[in-house]
Amino acid sequence: MQLSVWTYEGPPHVGAMRVAAAMKGVHYVLHAPQGDTYADLLFTMIERRTTRPPVTYTTFQARDLGRDTAELFKTAARDAYERFRPELLLVGASCTAELIQDDPAGIGQALGLPIPVVPLELSAYQHCENWGAAETFYRIVRACVKAAPREKRRGTCNLLGATALGFRHRDDVTEVTRLLAQLGVSVNVCAPLGATPADLARLPEAEFNVALYPEIAGPTASFLAKTFGQPTIPVTPMGVGATRDFVRQVAELTGKDPGPALAGEPSRLPWYSRSVDSTYLTGKRVFVFGDATHAIAAARIATEELGFVVVGLGTYARGLAREVRAAAARYGVEALITDDHLLVEEQIAALAPDLVLGTQMERHVAKRLGLPCAVISAPVHVQDFPARYSPQMGFEGANVIFDSWIHPLMMGLEEHLLAMFREDFEFRPGVAPSHLGGAPTSPTSPAAPAPTTAPAPVAAPAPAAPAQAVKTEAKGPPAAPAAPTAPQAAVWTAEAEQELKKIPFFVRGRARKNTERFAAERGLASITLETLYDAKAHFSR
Amino acid sequence: MSGEARGALPVLRERGQHEVFCGLTGIVWLHRKIQDAFFLVVGSRTCAHLLQSAAGVMIFAEPRFATAILDERDLAGLADANDELDRVVERLIARRPDIKMLFLVSSCPSEVIKLDLSRAAARLNERLRSGVRVLSYSGSGIETTFTQGEDACLAALAPLLPREESRSLLVVGSLPDVVEDQFARIFGELGVAVRFFPARRSDALPPVGPGTAYLLAQPFLSATAQALEKRGARRLAAPFPFGVEGTRGWIEAAARWAGVSAERVEAAVAPAERRARAALEPARERLEGKTIFFFPDSQLEVPLARFLSRELGMKLVEVGTPFLHQEHLATELALLPGGVRLSEGQDVERQLDRCRAARPDLAVCGLGLANPLEREGITTKWSIELVFSPVHGYEQAGDLANLFARPLVRAGRLSV
Repeated sequence: MQLSVWTYEGPPHVGAMRVAAAMKGVHYVLHAPQGDTYADLLFTMIERRTTRPPVTYTTFQARDLGRDTAELFKTAARDAYERFRPELLLVGASCTAELIQDDPAGIGQALGLPIPVVPLELSAYQHCENWGAAETFYRIVRACVKAAPREKRRGTCNLLGATALGFRHRDDVTEVTRLLAQLGVSVNVCAPLGATPADLARLPEAEFNVALYPEIAGPTASFLAKTFGQPTIPVTPMGVGATRDFVRQVAELTGKDPGPALAGEPSRLPWYSRSVDSTYLTGKRVFVFGDATHAIAAARIATEELGFVVVGLGTYARGLAREVRAAAARYGVEALITDDHLLVEEQIAALAPDLVLGTQMERHVAKRLGLPCAVISAPVHVQDFPARYSPQMGFEGANVIFDSWIHPLMMGLEEHLLAMFREDFEFRPGVAPSHLGGAPTSPTSPAAPAPTTAPAPVAAPAPAAPAQAVKTEAKGPPAAPAAPTAPQAAVWTAEAEQELKKIPFFVRGRARKNTERFAAERGLASITLETLYDAKAHFSR
Repeated sequence: MSGEARGALPVLRERGQHEVFCGLTGIVWLHRKIQDAFFLVVGSRTCAHLLQSAAGVMIFAEPRFATAILDERDLAGLADANDELDRVVERLIARRPDIKMLFLVSSCPSEVIKLDLSRAAARLNERLRSGVRVLSYSGSGIETTFTQGEDACLAALAPLLPREESRSLLVVGSLPDVVEDQFARIFGELGVAVRFFPARRSDALPPVGPGTAYLLAQPFLSATAQALEKRGARRLAAPFPFGVEGTRGWIEAAARWAGVSAERVEAAVAPAERRARAALEPARERLEGKTIFFFPDSQLEVPLARFLSRELGMKLVEVGTPFLHQEHLATELALLPGGVRLSEGQDVERQLDRCRAARPDLAVCGLGLANPLEREGITTKWSIELVFSPVHGYEQAGDLANLFARPLVRAGRLSV
């Protein structure tokens, strides 16, 4: 019995639904109590799918348990077939129905339907959503794939693993298909997303497989490799380096020329990362958590392509724990393998990273801790289905990743300016920017330090803009020459005051404040040249 | 399925796929209402997933609800499952000293394996430090439909209410605090002392006894009503306080019981009624003559249909409800127009067929159906919002009407 507040993964039958909903011509009859239909809203609300997922639930109640729930299942399956006329029927049980042991598999097969009926045994008390999706995909493929083709179609591959409710799966498929096309490789079948059972029968015709999401595609890819000798490209093309590796490996396998796909600058990430503005990214400490595929890829991008330092790496996907541990070892950290989000929160709080790359759970944790965060992995949220094209894979995916990881951090120059001016009187909270007239928006907390996310600091660097002077004059109290800070402020010696004037104007205010604070904390009566440089050394850490 | 005459209006009773939440969902609002209570679901990963999906967003740092997820070992032996439960509860209580009341909420799997949570609660009450009261109720989908979870929770609380002999008035059903305060002010003006159940804190349970008269604020509280009757309380027949008419009838029922004069009632409610009528006017312009179709969800459907038809001039196509409590709804049903189709239970596919055939101007449905219906060109209102938003009483009448008007206004504005 595990105490759980939030979960990273749903139950395995939700994984099966993700496969069924992704495909065409498949219907899933689920023996489940009333209430389990909540899962429909994941698809219709979070993903904004325009149709209900193709699932019929028996929705049995307590009063049915005394009678014949098996009969209920039989009726539901028969009605579902009549109404939806699928090419393939999945039958299975949710957690509760597993306990009443009505044998949906046996009943389903005894119906004598003229289509394949695929039973799913998902062991709800043992497994989770991704496992359920992987198992379902594998079972459907086993049911649809017949004999080996006489001949493989050279220069073709299957894209495996994209499902409904996947993190950017829809756009990743488009992006990877485009990338392969540049290599002269075409997609034989993309599955489960968009495939019919008849399409799955053609899987063995491809020359090789791309397992986009190993959590889901793994068992199917292994089966196809073993049975039909189709190799699987072992790289997930996420990030510039991994995408280049992917292109080279596909080229090597198929004998194609990788040149066209790599020519020019297919992604802006490398240049953006080398441009001077990105200097400030150097050594930012990042914490990475997600499913294994996205977490491993994110750690590599963070380190090699953005110059971050990975201070934590983890996954809730226990099935791929080994891979995540191996990756963590490369970055000199110990992998966090857990589905307890409280443990993840604890670790984030302890590490206090500069950036959190995680799931929606970590986004909430980061918000509470006041840390910047970008979402890199499922579990998904309505925000993870943006209207715009927004893949994670391929060269365009790298562009998307650059933007979505960097924007939560402050822009380089902006950050420096903010730090410089944060203590200046016009950046105190409650003081409107000078270009807006400089009137205080709220009289509260005059001495509180400005938050690091103060709005638009670059737009208003000049102190005492003329417009402000005119307006405030009319309003009464003239702008204070300087915010009164420490009580009994130390007196500046002439020599120190002179030295201060040599400091560039845009750091001068901060230097003054910091020096005064430094002096006040130490109870110094006067600020000498010595104090000024002691303070500088102290604050530059 | 079978059409059956029940009272004045025929009721279509259906048994097929029920597209409704289970009673666990009630935890989402109950834990906000009872501010020192914790709700521990003993169930599966599905239960935990439902709760976080129904809660919509993961907004609370550490919410006062959680799931103890059963695993294979718990299924293998009930003795072990009980030990495990004790361990989980002790850890939880140690972690959250602010908790004064703990609800063990049973689920479909815990009920099917016959894990007895009422015995577990009794055992834990013995073992735990004093100051935490452990209770249990069923929120399972096999026993409860959506709002029936609140009913089960309040019914479990009812035996714990202190006893009282004197005459008193009790409003039953969780209401947002702001609405509760409005009602308290009105009753105050009538000179009628009133208490609310559930109370905001578990140590402020209202007393009940043979002198207690209670008013239901929600139409889904049949088990709670029974439990209160067992304590000697009696129900005041009334419509539910939605819209001007419902709120007036509800308050008048209490006034009659308390012997308050009609003039005094009129004086107390007149300003609020004026405001409410004015607030309804713009919505009426938008809703009058429009057809509406209710899919079953919260049991609020019948009173809402009455409000929409009588105060806003909407035409009722079908009023589906998961459960039709003839006695509690008697006043409401009498106010419905003739010819309305009432349906109880659900066969969602057939009901969708009826909805498509009727092409109502507005369909009230759950989140699983809303977008697909919109895509078919049928404007929808999410029913769950009717449960989560303050909609009772005079001051919310306009808001309630606007919940129905807004989708139509939006549909009218868009030209993309």
